Amino acid sequence: MRGLDELIAAAPTFAGLSQDQLRLIAACAVNERFPAGAMLFREGEAAEHFFLIREGMVALEVQAPGRRLVIETLQRGEVVGWSWLFEPYRWQFDARAREATAAVVFDGACLRAKCEADHELGYQLMRRFAAAMTQRLQATRLQLLDVYGHGRPG
Amino acid sequence: MGAAAELTRPRPGPMVPASFTVTGKRQETADTWTLELEPRDGARLEFAPGQFTMLSAFGAGEVPISISGDPGGGPLVHTVRAVGLATAAICAAKPGEALGVRGPFGRPWPLEELEGADVLVVAGGIGLAPLRPAILALLAGQERYGRLRLLYGGRAPDQLLYTAELEEWSARGMEVAVTVDSAGPEWLGHVGVVPRLVHRARFDPDSAGALLCGPEVMMRFTVSALAQAGLTSERVRASMERNMQCGTAHCGHCQLGPTLVCRDGPVYAWSELERWLAVREL
Amino acid sequence: MSESASHTLERQDFDELFGALARRGYTVVGPTVRDQAIVYEEIASSAELPIGWTDEQEAGHYRLRRREDAALFGYNVGPHSWKRYQLPPEVRLWRARRDADGGLTELEPEPRTAPRYAFLGARSCELHAMGILDRVLLGGAHTDPADRARREDVLVIAVQCAQAGNTCFCSSMGTGPTAESGFDIALTEVLEQDRHYFVLEVGSERGGELLGELRHAPAGQHERAAASAAHDRAAAQMGRELDVTDIRDLLYRNLENPRWEEVAERCLSCGNCTMVCPTCFCTSVEDVTDLAGEHVERHQRWDSCFTVDYSHIHGGSVRASTRSRYRQWMTHKLATWIDQFGSSGCVGCGRCIAWCPVGIDITEEARAIRDSEAVGDARP
Repeated sequence: MRGLDELIAAAPTFAGLSQDQLRLIAACAVNERFPAGAMLFREGEAAEHFFLIREGMVALEVQAPGRRLVIETLQRGEVVGWSWLFEPYRWQFDARAREATAAVVFDGACLRAKCEADHELGYQLMRRFAAAMTQRLQATRLQLLDVYGHGRPG
Repeated sequence: MGAAAELTRPRPGPMVPASFTVTGKRQETADTWTLELEPRDGARLEFAPGQFTMLSAFGAGEVPISISGDPGGGPLVHTVRAVGLATAAICAAKPGEALGVRGPFGRPWPLEELEGADVLVVAGGIGLAPLRPAILALLAGQERYGRLRLLYGGRAPDQLLYTAELEEWSARGMEVAVTVDSAGPEWLGHVGVVPRLVHRARFDPDSAGALLCGPEVMMRFTVSALAQAGLTSERVRASMERNMQCGTAHCGHCQLGPTLVCRDGPVYAWSELERWLAVREL
Repeated sequence: MSESASHTLERQDFDELFGALARRGYTVVGPTVRDQAIVYEEIASSAELPIGWTDEQEAGHYRLRRREDAALFGYNVGPHSWKRYQLPPEVRLWRARRDADGGLTELEPEPRTAPRYAFLGARSCELHAMGILDRVLLGGAHTDPADRARREDVLVIAVQCAQAGNTCFCSSMGTGPTAESGFDIALTEVLEQDRHYFVLEVGSERGGELLGELRHAPAGQHERAAASAAHDRAAAQMGRELDVTDIRDLLYRNLENPRWEEVAERCLSCGNCTMVCPTCFCTSVEDVTDLAGEHVERHQRWDSCFTVDYSHIHGGSVRASTRSRYRQWMTHKLATWIDQFGSSGCVGCGRCIAWCPVGIDITEEARAIRDSEAVGDARP
């Protein structure tokens, strides 16, 4: 099995980090497996971690009375969760493994401390999370447009 | 019937429809049906993937509808969404009843140009309908192409077209990824918009070609995701929708900048379009 | 045109033309006064021509005025064009009986029995307009036999302009004022102190045969000079101009020019310009049934890009604003037409200027856009 820093380096989100930086963040990470149906986190809980999916699929969900809605699904190479970065460090959604999922789990408090101590690392991580968030925000906006509701007749 | 059929064909010209009989009908979604049609005079309507016909329920009007059948043979197939008077009347036609068909019209998907390359088919909503003939042709000749991949997005699981066939295409060697804008937990596919699938798809950006059809907004976002992945707009082909009324480049309604969609489209290289699509209300 | 092809026809013999055309089975369509305008209708003699009338034209203005002479063709152009005969305002494409199963039987394309027309009085700009419409309707991959039939066998007797209107700009568009081809016979009307005659040029074999039935004489030097002076007068009187240098790219560069906003404040989106334009070809179709639904007909009618529905696609109209519709019309005429059909869509007849209820002037709009670039360049 590859080292954690190699796994992290292979993810698009972390591409371009220096070996030192990779080692620093790998020191805050562990490997974990989630069977199908397991919860990665739940809405309202303290957001102490984030996840880099290695295999499988994770669904972000919202519970409403009588139903459960899937907001988005995430896959290999994608990052789940950024609530650990911002106060009040609480999850806004549920995250569930839709299938057996392997993920690198990062300790948020550990990383936040390292970012405070090493602003260059903090900047590099922030930049990468901002890019991922932008992509997801744009996708969400497109989702909001409900484009298929006004499509052509055939 | 025979005598009447003869009567119907004195120099008809492109504005006069031919009668086709509805021979098969399948409901795809709450408002969308797939119709199989056979010509009453026996001559099969030859077409290339990406072309459309002008389809009419006699008396209720005429609309441009992409051809969804197999270019290799079989009936004329149209998948139609009931959104107005004419389309509602077309969708209401029962087997045995007749519809009017003119065409085929328009420029097809340039499949021969994609030989040797990975092909990414990206469809949104009913946009899968004009892509179905291309998918069937790609699968029939798959030894001539690289990796075939379909990225298909819909509003919700019950809004997807050709659901049984999606599995068949996958079994025949096309990688099929389906995503919906929202779903309940029973849906096991992706949730999210089509451009997100592009970010995840692997293809050779230097040689791959993409075929797109869906709402214009979805196509714009998809093209930008493809560009981020290194696929330039010259190698993205899109099928456009405008108000085609004649199909023969005579009525003016389907103008898109310096082009007429019924003649120069509906399939364009995105690079031909981007300048014009950037102008609002053009 | 070789000199030997010039002939004269005296005014008192002009009606021989109607006789000769009638003998050959032609229905003559020519200018006549109707509702205070000179329009094209079926006519049977020179008495129905607009004798002694001229038209006064300006932006948003068209008035008939008496001339001091009895000229037959002493006007410019009216609200009609020959488009009405190439592409009639409304045609039935076909009719059929609808069976119980929805199928059509006894489907009849419209019979192609249009009259055999002779167009009398077509001007140079109009000949060019006919050619442009022919390229649109007959020059593509699909042609409607009905459109083709309407153009077969049409005989054209052109009239060379001896004056130009204030709204004319055919010189700019390269379409006039003097016709060089596209006619069977071209007439130049000459009014002298004591003589009223026409100088004829023959443009086809058919025209030559027709000429043979008229009492004519070879044109002498004086008559040829008189005709030539008339042509020069029209060229000199040209009321407007439109600089077409690089016009396509000029407009493509200026699709977001603020000028579109300004013109949209005046434009009523009425579509008059498209109705009077001799090349505007847009049509829409409509199915018509009887109450029982047994008989179905499909009708094709002139449409206009100034209507909101024109660009309708499911979900809304592509061009919802007047700004976008005026821009569509003008850029189509002067720019996209070139890409679509290989020539400009404008012949400089000036009808859209005269018949615009608020006097919007395509030459002024084109100039404003060109000038806006010049101003831009002059800035440091």
